[in-house]
Amino acid sequence: MTTDDTKDFAVLDEAIAWQTHSRLGRILAKQSFWVFVAAVLACIALTLATDTFATSQNLFNVTRNFAFVAIVALGMTVVIISGGIDLSVGSVLCLSAMVLAILMNAGNPLWLSALAAIGAALVVGFVNGVLIAYLRIPPFVVTLGMLSLARSAAMVLSNNKMVFQFGPDEKLLFWLGGGSTWGIANPVIALFLLALATGFVLRWTRWGTHVFAIGSNERAAVLTGINVRGLKVSVYMCSAFFAGVAGVLEAGWLGGVTTNLGQSMELSVIAASVIGGANLMGGAGTVFGSVVGAALIEVIRNSLILLGISTFWQGAFVGSFIILAVAFDRFRALRDESK
Amino acid sequence: MSVLRLEGISKHFGAIHALEDVSLTLEPGEVLGLMGDNGAGKSTLVKIIAGNYRPSAGQIHIAGRQQEFHRPIEARESGIEIVYQDLALCDNLTAATNVFLGRELTRSIGPLKVMDYAAMNAAAARLFKELKSETRPRDLVRDMSGGQRQAVAIARTRLAKAKIVLMDEPTAAISVRQVAEVLNLIRELKRQQIAVVLISHRMPDVFAVADRVTVLRRGRKVADKPTHLTSPEEVTGLITGAIHAA
Repeated sequence: MTTDDTKDFAVLDEAIAWQTHSRLGRILAKQSFWVFVAAVLACIALTLATDTFATSQNLFNVTRNFAFVAIVALGMTVVIISGGIDLSVGSVLCLSAMVLAILMNAGNPLWLSALAAIGAALVVGFVNGVLIAYLRIPPFVVTLGMLSLARSAAMVLSNNKMVFQFGPDEKLLFWLGGGSTWGIANPVIALFLLALATGFVLRWTRWGTHVFAIGSNERAAVLTGINVRGLKVSVYMCSAFFAGVAGVLEAGWLGGVTTNLGQSMELSVIAASVIGGANLMGGAGTVFGSVVGAALIEVIRNSLILLGISTFWQGAFVGSFIILAVAFDRFRALRDESK
Repeated sequence: MSVLRLEGISKHFGAIHALEDVSLTLEPGEVLGLMGDNGAGKSTLVKIIAGNYRPSAGQIHIAGRQQEFHRPIEARESGIEIVYQDLALCDNLTAATNVFLGRELTRSIGPLKVMDYAAMNAAAARLFKELKSETRPRDLVRDMSGGQRQAVAIARTRLAKAKIVLMDEPTAAISVRQVAEVLNLIRELKRQQIAVVLISHRMPDVFAVADRVTVLRRGRKVADKPTHLTSPEEVTGLITGAIHAA
């Protein structure tokens, strides 16, 4: 963009037309918009191709299934925007669910157990953040180590046994994770509220702006006096918080907690964020995109089942979408460069 | 009164004498061209002024008061701002957000403090207008020309109410037309009585805007002359050592 663009506007109308055009152009250039279109098209195609997809029961299941991945993806998106990665979310989810299960099994109320579970997750996030920000160990390495550590902690705590009795508040927990309100699964409502909060924080707070800043140019952020290290710790605690919340909800849905809960979930979560437009180099990503990305993965999985295609194909479809989404972004960048 | 006065500044890194007894004064609204070959001590001197290094010997006076900077933030608090060669901007944020980065304006909605984008855009627009730059506050830095990026980096120093702006090779990697834009920005700073230290290799740029040229060679000041009393040929000779001192 050169300064000539400004000078060339002879009249205000032209300037306004240029602005409006660019706003539409901006929406069309958004990866999350096209992923949304893809998800909608997939839903329409499935509605026409099967008479099982658009049933209220199936839609209820689809939305509930993707809610857990999407909730964790909210935190992952924040981490990816900051220029990091968190591979430990699946294990943190498991640890959180296990802490909840053990405490409730011992007769503690839901609120106390849930607080402790999310607290445990936050401790893991804090350790991740301190190692990354203060010892400058690459996030990939720290959270890879934590992936192993947190799951091991869950195994030690439970002696690797399944917990399926949740004491006096059992019904409440099962309602929280498995029940519904006004026909919508409770985890979906939780996702909706958490997504709104995350979107608001990223767009409208200094913290959110700083997360985008360190993802784009960490040195610049340091030079402007932003407390980059503290910010990084908070980012990994944010990611662990969402994994912790998802752990509590998923325990309620499944009605039992085993130590393989959330195994390799980090991959679906990262996939959801990346399909939704989060850039692994940092500095870009949206809440809307990561939720739509998670939805698209679940719709693909669901469609394979409904269409009677072997679920072995699921990985191929999801993998193709990851590459396709990023390739799409690259094509756009190349086109912009050649302009 | 001079806004900056350096007296007998020396900096030794072990046996290496990066700077030896350098004295310098800078008046408000003065543009000083700081020249010298690679390794002559230009960036060491700038880092001392900016509080990154402490001098091994010598004194720094800011507006007549002796100062000792232990950290860069202390230099910034005394009104010294640096515009880095790579400008230290975030590509994915708007011009206004970059100007206010770390000093964002917020307004309270109940217990929440939210970003006041309207106020920041308006204030940034005023700063760009002051600098006579065509930069638009809402544009992403990613989409900007080199000259507009410089305007953003300089607007940031204006926001900090800097008295002294240190510019490190601002015209090194941009097109001819953008160089003209940057030189105009420097003239605007001068008009607003801000002192500018311009570190540059580019002789024409220094002679276009600088009131005075200081040449460093091997850590020593070998010349300090009003621009109209010297010539690019003489300065080149001083930089390379063909002319001993002037």
